[in-house]
Amino acid sequence: MPEYTLRIRRYDPQSGEAPHWDTHTIDLGETQSVLDAILKIKDDEDGSIGIRCSCQQAICGSCGVRMNGKPGLACNTHLEEAARRGQGTGWNPPDEGQESPVITVEPMGNMPVIRDLIVDMDSVHWKKVRRVTPWLINKEPIPEREYIVPHDNMVDVTQPMACIQCGACVSDCLAMEVDPLFVGPAALAKAYRFVGDPRDAQHAERLRDLSEDSHGIYDCTHCFNCIDACPKGVDPMNQIMRLRRMAGSDHEIKDRNNGYRHEHAFVKNIRRNGILHESDLLADSYGGKFNPSAGRELVSGLPTAIRGLTKGKMTPQKLLLHTHKAPAEVKRLFDQIDGKPERNELNLYVTGYEDEPEPHAEGAAGREPAEEQSAPDMERKA
Amino acid sequence: MKVAYWPGCVSRGFTPELHGSMAKVAPLLDIELIELDRASCCGAGVIAEHNQELADTLNARTFALAQRTDGELMMNICSTCQGAQSECQERLDANTEYRGQVNANLSDEGLRYEKGLTNKNLLWLLVENIGLDALKAKVSRPLSDLKVGPFYGCYIVRPVDRLAIDDEHPRDRYLHWVIEALGGTVIDYAGVYKCCGFPIITMNKEASLKQAGRHLGDALDAEADCLVVPCPLCHLNLDLQQPVAAKVVGRDLGMPVLHLPQLVGLALGLSPKELGMNKHIVKPMSVIDWSTSVVASAAA
Ligand code: SF4
Ligand code: SF4
Ligand code: FES
Repeated sequence: MPEYTLRIRRYDPQSGEAPHWDTHTIDLGETQSVLDAILKIKDDEDGSIGIRCSCQQAICGSCGVRMNGKPGLACNTHLEEAARRGQGTGWNPPDEGQESPVITVEPMGNMPVIRDLIVDMDSVHWKKVRRVTPWLINKEPIPEREYIVPHDNMVDVTQPMACIQCGACVSDCLAMEVDPLFVGPAALAKAYRFVGDPRDAQHAERLRDLSEDSHGIYDCTHCFNCIDACPKGVDPMNQIMRLRRMAGSDHEIKDRNNGYRHEHAFVKNIRRNGILHESDLLADSYGGKFNPSAGRELVSGLPTAIRGLTKGKMTPQKLLLHTHKAPAEVKRLFDQIDGKPERNELNLYVTGYEDEPEPHAEGAAGREPAEEQSAPDMERKA
Repeated sequence: MKVAYWPGCVSRGFTPELHGSMAKVAPLLDIELIELDRASCCGAGVIAEHNQELADTLNARTFALAQRTDGELMMNICSTCQGAQSECQERLDANTEYRGQVNANLSDEGLRYEKGLTNKNLLWLLVENIGLDALKAKVSRPLSDLKVGPFYGCYIVRPVDRLAIDDEHPRDRYLHWVIEALGGTVIDYAGVYKCCGFPIITMNKEASLKQAGRHLGDALDAEADCLVVPCPLCHLNLDLQQPVAAKVVGRDLGMPVLHLPQLVGLALGLSPKELGMNKHIVKPMSVIDWSTSVVASAAA
């Protein structure tokens, strides 16, 4: 059986002592879980290690921890998988001269530690979930019999419904790291679960609430950590983008955080220019050059613009004048697709991948045909 | 090798030194660039946030233009383009019906995207197509004594499945490998895989610049001479906004930030000036120790 070294972060805030690392070496099969290893160490060596767990089957969501720097469920992460992370992926290079693979186990981030691997989910995660009114608000009048909901609609909300509230996404949310008040990935995914449910009566109110909140949907910095963290494929960031789409395009909520303006200015800018003109975007994001808030923000953005100028980054001409225009084709695509009565969206969580990703040959910019040179190493769907 | 080349918008707008340095470095790497000058912005996630089909169609158009060239593959020099385009391509490649709908949008222009394009950031191309040994062999001025902090940003390392990052292709180590191949020393610090904050700069400036400022500060504490980024949007927050970020985090920063082709170009013998490094806000030449670093001999 392979040997693994577990480095477990120990900390008891009540003790007044600083956190420290305990190291245990353990023989276990590579497909045993990190939780198996921790429980075995608890049984055999040190019963005082604090960890929360129950189902051991990735259902209850209680065993979230960070393993070799990445958040996840201890009960559904194989030892081998956790060990490998430390050697290639993530910020956790193996120590020099290390013999057996090291797996560091730490409590999740962005939440206070209660003891060892146990974090305070109440003060952060659950508080944020409560913040989004996580229940259905019935449409009136309530029908006498069951609601009939279109199948597609229900399939659509199964993705956020798959959430087991483990907090792994919250742990590594990079927006929350700098703005602890950010509503965050799990709670916003939960919000979409109701905004996407046709039985809910308050779609507009929910969207307005979350757009106007300066720590709401527009605070997400698009870092993808929550997508990689989630053991259930909830893709919280994608749910946040759908909330933005509905708030900005369906309900036209002109929020005070500039989310609506930024999105619309960006789209307008590309429609007009084909490629992005940042200096226009700056003005338009704040409501156009003549909007009072644009004045304010442009003045505060001015040092930046001047810095750019003195370094010859933006010539005055670039700031004021745009020579290249979008090919008429690009403009036409904007008008044609934006003008459709219904948006066409593909959710891969629902539809799945119809074809197995195949190895692709390179050649003619990687076009697929069979007669190209044999596929070298890695042409998959990236 | 010949590649269909998508430089992106920012590399020609706010960070022209990126596009410029790529053009200088390409011949040294035997890369022939076929520029996709009729292509449009990748949408940077924002157009997808507004209308998914629109973003997918614009990128399918770019892909189709790339497929009409005789390039071996499509190359970009912007992580955000890589991420946004990979996202659209994932949907286009996964579903024939949807791809058909998107292609129908393009048919008026006589364009059509065929599933299976290879689209790589320069970083991936350096490691996977050119190869680290070949790269090493081209180094004429090793970056000895230059301590470089890799700053990957988000779009080029996550989500790992979509970007095909795995044991066989640990694309989230490539920046480390390239720095080493060029003779430099890698500095690991807390910000290596974090977000520069750029996506929320117009929505929450404080939180945005706090991110940039923290990572720069962490790199400083780890004694990096400079950072290297494969993404011009990261460059905007880390370099152009650095003086403001310094105020937000309340400390002096002064950390030069290099674009990937600039780092490569230095080791391949080009001068900082040729690589447009004088256009940065934090000038690499004024901060890096002249007496010990390679930049000194380059400028001499
Ligand atoms: S994508 Fe947004 S919500 Fe998800 S972890 Fe990053 S900042 Fe947080
Ligand atoms: S969205 Fe995923 S990672 Fe976040 S709490 Fe739910 S199950 Fe856990
Ligand atoms: S113990 Fe229940 S999810 Fe891990």
